[in-house]
Amino acid sequence: MNASVTSAVAVRVLQQLRRDPRTIALILAVPCVLEFLLQQLFGRQSSVFQEIGTPLLGLFPFITMFLVTSITMLRERTTGTLERLMTMPLNKVDILAGYGIAFAVVAVVQAALVSLLAFGLLGLDTAGPKWLVVVLAVANAVLGSTLGLFVSAFAQTEFQAVQFMPAAVFPQILLCGLFVARDDMAAWLRGVSYLLPLTYAYEALARTAANQLDARFALDVAVVGGCIVLAVALGAATLRRRTD
Amino acid sequence: MVGAAVLVHDLEVVRGGTTVLPGLSCEVPAGRVTGLLGPSGSGKSTLIRSIVGVQRVAGGSVDVLGRPAGDATIRARVGYMTQAPSVYLDLTVQENVGFFARVLGQSRSAVTRVLADVALDRHRDRVVSTLSGGERARVSLATAMLGTPDLLVLDEPTVGLDPVLRRDLWDLFHRLAHGGTTLLISSHVMDEADRCDALLLLRDGLLVAQATPEELRSRTGTSSLDEAFLRLAEAEA
Repeated sequence: MNASVTSAVAVRVLQQLRRDPRTIALILAVPCVLEFLLQQLFGRQSSVFQEIGTPLLGLFPFITMFLVTSITMLRERTTGTLERLMTMPLNKVDILAGYGIAFAVVAVVQAALVSLLAFGLLGLDTAGPKWLVVVLAVANAVLGSTLGLFVSAFAQTEFQAVQFMPAAVFPQILLCGLFVARDDMAAWLRGVSYLLPLTYAYEALARTAANQLDARFALDVAVVGGCIVLAVALGAATLRRRTD
Repeated sequence: MVGAAVLVHDLEVVRGGTTVLPGLSCEVPAGRVTGLLGPSGSGKSTLIRSIVGVQRVAGGSVDVLGRPAGDATIRARVGYMTQAPSVYLDLTVQENVGFFARVLGQSRSAVTRVLADVALDRHRDRVVSTLSGGERARVSLATAMLGTPDLLVLDEPTVGLDPVLRRDLWDLFHRLAHGGTTLLISSHVMDEADRCDALLLLRDGLLVAQATPEELRSRTGTSSLDEAFLRLAEAEA
């Protein structure tokens, strides 16, 4: 790995994003609006808001960065800039790491902003440390980024890439335990949920909210970390130097 | 006789079930400007992509600067300009070239130099999406020239440029060749053939001729290269 190439890619991705203030506004505002709606919908004191407010806060960056990365990477593939990069002396992992770092930076801002709002103004409370929620949110953003990178290899157009979001993300949100506790699911659904990375991301957040920072929490975090590494490896495999 | 910078032997490429190059052999002399000419669809871009090592090939061999095409040890020595300008539309000219310069470990002065070479220094702070097609192509060309590569492979670099700029670029190409750079430049415009030291004429994925412009003229007994290409193509058929 080459630090100067990685930072060049990260800076370039952020420069591109800066040219698109509307996307930045959406990335930062949408989670805040949704968290506000959630509070209004169930009420400040309700157990529902208190229970799902924190995990949801940590999952927003996953969804956003999945989408943003898959589109950015698809553009890189279709405009020929990836082909040009592939003729240059760089390692594929440098590209992936650059993307991951750029979107992690965005996720820090996004997660910090929605945390300030939720914990500060909306009355969301969590038994565990609030900074840990932000850290997990950023880790989820990196997970979303790496998965988005991988998935972009299977899209030919931006229409397809956008559709991959519900296809790859919604089932994970449904099965991660956010809506129905996984213990109450049909056995086969629970079995499927064990295979989905978001299940562990949600678990870690829910345990942070309940301040259950036990061995199970450590395992959840380790699985999320492992999924990031796996997604990077899969992503690297889709970045081919030679194509048809 | 100069040595060859690129040696293509029996190259076979199949794209989407169609054989684009059925077994092409040719060479690109070192330190010269070689024109790769032929109608669109003749396999020029496929050959170029094979030489820079991004094309999946079905058979044969391509050696570049003494190594297999695409080899990690020669990547820094080969500059490549794709046919469609491969630049970031939402970045400025400076940011685009600056990014690739950092990837290649080149200094800021290298960026300034290549932008001056393609006459884009005045536009360095403009976002690429606001540039014309010809200007975008020059951003792409500037990027390919970063790091003064030993081999420059340019896929239709002068399309859509005004005649003055075209002449300036061809002068630049020859200056580079004079300094020892090997250039392979594709075009489908025959009037550019005369500006080349050597020519590769391609048709339906086959090499119709490999010669200098003068050799082609004397071999076909015509004064125009356009006519010479027609005669060669008809003789093949």
